[in-house]
Order: sequence, then structure tokens, then C-alpha cells
Amino acid sequence: MKPENTMDRRGFLALSTGTITGVLAAGSPLAAFAPSRAWAVELNALTDAEGAALMAMTRTIAPHDKLEDAAYALVVRALDGDAAHDAAALTRLREGIASLGAGFAGADEADRVAALKRIENTPFFQGVRAKTLQVLYSSPMAYAYFGYEGEAFSKGGYLTRGFNDLKWLPEVPLKDSGPLPY
Amino acid sequence: MAAIELHDEGAVVIIGSGAGGGTLAYELTRRGIKVVMLEAGKRQSLASFSQDPNEAFGQLTWLDPRNSSGDWDPARNNPGLPAWHCKTVGGTTVHWTAATPRLQATEVRARTHYGAVEGSSLIDWPIPYGELLHYYQQAERRMGVTRRNGVPGLPASNNFKVMYAAAKKKGYKRVHTGHMAINPRPFDGRGFCIQQGFCVQGCKTGAKWSTLYTEIPRAEATGNLDLRIECTATRIEHGADGRVNAVIYRDAAGAEQRQKARLVCVAGNSIETPRLLLLSESARFPRGLANSSDQVGRNYCRHVCGFTWGIFDKPIEFWRGAVLGGVIEDEVVLQPKRGFVGGYRLELMALDLPTIPLVGLPYGWGRDFADILEGYRNMAGMFCNGEDLPRATNRITLDPKLRDARGLPVAHVHVDEHANDTALRDHAHVQAKGMYESIGARRVVRSAVPPATHNMCTARMSADPQDGVTNLHGRAHDVPNLFISDGSALSTPGAANPTLTIVSLALRQAEYLAREMAARNL
Repeated sequence: MKPENTMDRRGFLALSTGTITGVLAAGSPLAAFAPSRAWAVELNALTDAEGAALMAMTRTIAPHDKLEDAAYALVVRALDGDAAHDAAALTRLREGIASLGAGFAGADEADRVAALKRIENTPFFQGVRAKTLQVLYSSPMAYAYFGYEGEAFSKGGYLTRGFNDLKWLPEVPLKDSGPLPY
Repeated sequence: MAAIELHDEGAVVIIGSGAGGGTLAYELTRRGIKVVMLEAGKRQSLASFSQDPNEAFGQLTWLDPRNSSGDWDPARNNPGLPAWHCKTVGGTTVHWTAATPRLQATEVRARTHYGAVEGSSLIDWPIPYGELLHYYQQAERRMGVTRRNGVPGLPASNNFKVMYAAAKKKGYKRVHTGHMAINPRPFDGRGFCIQQGFCVQGCKTGAKWSTLYTEIPRAEATGNLDLRIECTATRIEHGADGRVNAVIYRDAAGAEQRQKARLVCVAGNSIETPRLLLLSESARFPRGLANSSDQVGRNYCRHVCGFTWGIFDKPIEFWRGAVLGGVIEDEVVLQPKRGFVGGYRLELMALDLPTIPLVGLPYGWGRDFADILEGYRNMAGMFCNGEDLPRATNRITLDPKLRDARGLPVAHVHVDEHANDTALRDHAHVQAKGMYESIGARRVVRSAVPPATHNMCTARMSADPQDGVTNLHGRAHDVPNLFISDGSALSTPGAANPTLTIVSLALRQAEYLAREMAARNL
């Protein structure tokens, strides 16, 4: 529950043995603070091919078609980060990825789902699933994609910014709610 | 703030600073009684509360290792985190969502009204209901509870508009924005609710009552409180007379300390409280302190909980607004023809985006799972808070293998749900689903059982010492100067969120302690 949820400058710029690369969509909320629309995430423990397999795996676990690859790359970076500090985790990832077969990253979704179904009860799958849920929905890209506005204290809350702006249902009588404080 | 010597034998030692411990500390110190309060967590403030949900979770949550087992979902889905409560000054009043309903008269006489339900260990409360009511009224005034004492209700959020329309269509009558310890207007030096939706991360306006910024600073201002933060109690000691006389703890630097005590009040939440008693075994109390009845840690209750989400075709943006600001109370009745005893509240609910996939959804992955979150903006939510039945085998024990950073056995939480619990939860979900569908939900989703946020009854008050751990004042049956001052002392859980009851019992216990100390009986 403590994901790394922002991409740092190093994450964008580094090019080394293991990397995942991509290009942000025009108008992506991330484009505002990325040095360029092209992005790259350096991997410290995994190879390019392993990174690509994990990218495909996280997309299969949580398929949001219009959500940027860069958002999924954060999950892979978090998995890679864990593996860089924990030899057992690295072995579990390596062996798990190998068990998916060489063609997994390029396979059709139905085939990827079938492959993951076969390993659903393994610690490898459960670990990647958990990390996907922990990281994917915490980034600024995810907030923007799902329309989630996040904290509002800095803007005075939602009191005057739409907490009660729903118009497609009747208003609640005062006796069952309460007056606005202003 | 008072500095109390470690060898001062006159001090009251309170372990934990939440709803029970924090309230008790103020009530004792304002009467001139010296109190040492041990709090395992750090101290945050309105300014330091993080507004990143993941960071706030790390800032406030009790994350020391635990283990769990049994047939309930958390033992499968979150075995190391079976309960979600706080480790910080103010305890779980920092992250609570501030619903403050009362228990009803039938609920505190559950054994009498529900009968002997097979597979349960129901008892009646040893306190007359009228007396509990007296302290409820005191607590409500103190906390500024809405819809009591002339305090208005909270205004209706989008999420509540959906709940209200759906509930009215079903014919429910008792539907409103709840009895909440959240200021709709400034009160008692605290700000008013600006509908941030960040109740769980710590309320940055202080609109939500918490001992962190009410009772605790007031207790400090009396000059009688010595609050020691990052201090974790590991053992309660007793003398040859069987009375407790000291608390062993690890301080912030990890050094072991021994604070002498005139009496000890334990308020560490219903998992750590029994763990501490069990860790305090001795030749005289071989099964653990105050455990001659073998009831310490048993009868663990956590409410029958679950989320129901309705996904609509239009935006609701349910994260805007007080999280729990709405309730349906029509099902808080004893009506066995529904197929179960006890009742439930349906309470308004929303979860922030990072948290909902972790605790708010059914287990799953792939297209069907992702589709739920695709509808996040159009989601409305309810939370079932139902009465669970106590069972002797649902219990907190010391884990036989797992140790914490200090080398002590961690708490092991075991829960097998009673058939009554699952029948109640099914009923609540069917009602909630029907309601959302009646006003056009395109999909209704039922969550797995989330980690427990209400922890209760593991050192319960009982008329018969064989049935529980404490008497009607929360005083250990076995040890005359040992008190339980948190939700562990509840005899049964009822269907009411527990904080108001914990505060009320702390007010009552403080009067009793002050009276008995003045009379030199303690």
C-alpha cells in the first residue's frame, strides 16, 4: 500500500540494459512535467524482454485500453525495484515470466488471459496482481483517466466545488439532510 | 505537560490514546489525577496529515506484523492486515469516519432477546440501558454529534442523494445524513466540514472529532498528563497481592522502561489489548493476566461488513463529501423472519481511487474487474454495518511462530463467520442491490469482506465472571486495579459503529475511578 507513484527524471532519461520505452499520447496529463513525450523506464534487475512480458501481464490483469502504457510502466518499475533488493523476489519474477513462454507479450488478449488463468494461484501471479492494484491506480495519470480529483483541502474542499451538484435525482428535504454552512 | 517519575507509585497508567484512552485521560487529569499515557505511535497534526492516500495509510495505520486465519475473507486476501486501525496519537479517532449511532435497548440485551443461538456465545450487557443512555447524551454533547442537542445534520452530498432516492423508492423511512461527530458549523474550537472526502486520512479542518486535538491537548493543559509517544507497552506486572503495579514498555529509542502504577487502564484496541494481557502471563496468571475465565481474546467481534457499489450512467463523483454522511436505519430491528437475529445499518460509503481496488472490490482481475473501475466516476456506495455474533472460537491469540521487531509473539486473529453473519450480509446486499437497480444502476458490485475497522468484545464486560473478563465498570474480574477502557470491553457489538459507545463507557469509567480513588478503594 505504499507504491512509488511518480516517475522521476532518472526514470525518464536513463537508458541501460533493461528499459521500457514509449511515447505519451498528445494531451497526456503527464506530458506537462515530462522532459519530452518520449519516456523510458530503467530496469535495474530485469531485462527488456522480461519488462515487456510484465507490461503485457499488468495490462491483462487490469485492462484499461485508453490508459497510457506509461501508467503500467510504473507497476513494472515497482516490481523491478523490489527484485533489485530481494534475490528471492527476483527469482520468483524470472521463473514466473519464463513460465508464461516467450510469446506471451505479443499474444492476443484471450491467449494471455488463458496463460494467466493457468498460474492464477501461484505466488508470482498473486504478487504481480497485488502490485498492479497498489501502483496502477495511484498515479496522476490514473487520477486523470478515471476522473478522480483527489485531495481538495488545498482548494477549500468540495463544499463549493460540486459535492452536491448532482441534478438527475430529486433534492433531499432539509429535515433529512442539513443546511449549508454558508 | 507533567513529567511523572518512573518510580512514582501514584500514577494511573493508560495504554493507548484513542477514543477510550484519550477520553479517560482527560476525564481523570481534569479531576487532578496524574496520568502517564503510553502511545505506540507518533504524533501528527492537522498540518502534518498527508493528503496522498497511500502516504496517509503509512502515516496512521497499525502496520506491525500480524497473522490471521479462519474462513473470513481477510484471512485469504490480507492475512497480514486482518484489521485496519491506527497507531498514532489519537488512535483510530484520527482515521475514523465519525458515525456515532447509539446501541438500542434490545441490542444490549442480546442474549435475552435473541435467545441461545447455537454456535454463539451471546451475553447480556451488565449495564442498565438507561444508564448507558445517560452517558450517550454526555458523549454526544461533548463530540458535537449532528441531529442531537440542536446540532443540524450535514448537508446532502451527491452520493447521499442517490442513497436517499433509492431508499425512499424502497419505502425506507429512517434515512438521513446520519448522527455524525463532524461539525456542520464551527464548534468547540474546531472548524466545520468542507466536504473534502478525506476523513480517513485525518481531517485537516478538525471538523471531525478526534482525541488528537480535543481531549489530549486539554488533558495536557491540566498539567497532569505525561504523554509518552512511540512507547509500546510489552507487559503489565503485578505484585504478590495480585494487584498490578507496573507497566514495562519500550521507549522511542527501543530501550526497556518500567513505569510504576497505582492502577492500569488498557485501551490499545481490541487486538492489542488482549495480546498485552496474554503477553503478561505469570506464575499467578499462567494463561495471561486477568484470564482465569479463559475469555481474554475470545468473542472477537468486528461487525458484519461489506460494500455495495452501484454504477450508473451519469457522474456521481462520490469522493466529494463526508465519507459516511448518510444512513438507512430501518433494518436495525430484531426481526428473525428475515432469517437472522440482530440488525444492520446501511451507511453511505466512498473510497478514494488508490484504496478501492485494495479493500473495496471483490477478488478479481481482467476485463470484468477493470470494468468496475472504468465506472469509478459514476459510482455510488453503501456499507453494511451489521451485528455479528460472538463466538468463543473467534479469538485473538499469540501467534505460535511470528514475532515482532521486539521478539514478542504477534497477535493471531482467527474468525469463522457464523451462519447468522452471512445471512445478514446477504440480506443487506440484496436490499442495497435492489435499491440501486430501482433507480437505474447499470451494474451493482458486492465487495469481499474488507479488513476489520471495528474491533470489539475481546475483554468483555460480563455479570458472571466466567463469561467475560471485566465487570460492569470495565474492571478485570481477576485484578482489582486493572481496567479495560476500549472497545474490548463491549459485551456484544450491536449494529452501531463503536466509537460513541467507547467514549460513553470511558466517561462512565472515569467517574467510577475518580470516586473509588477518592474513597481510597483504589
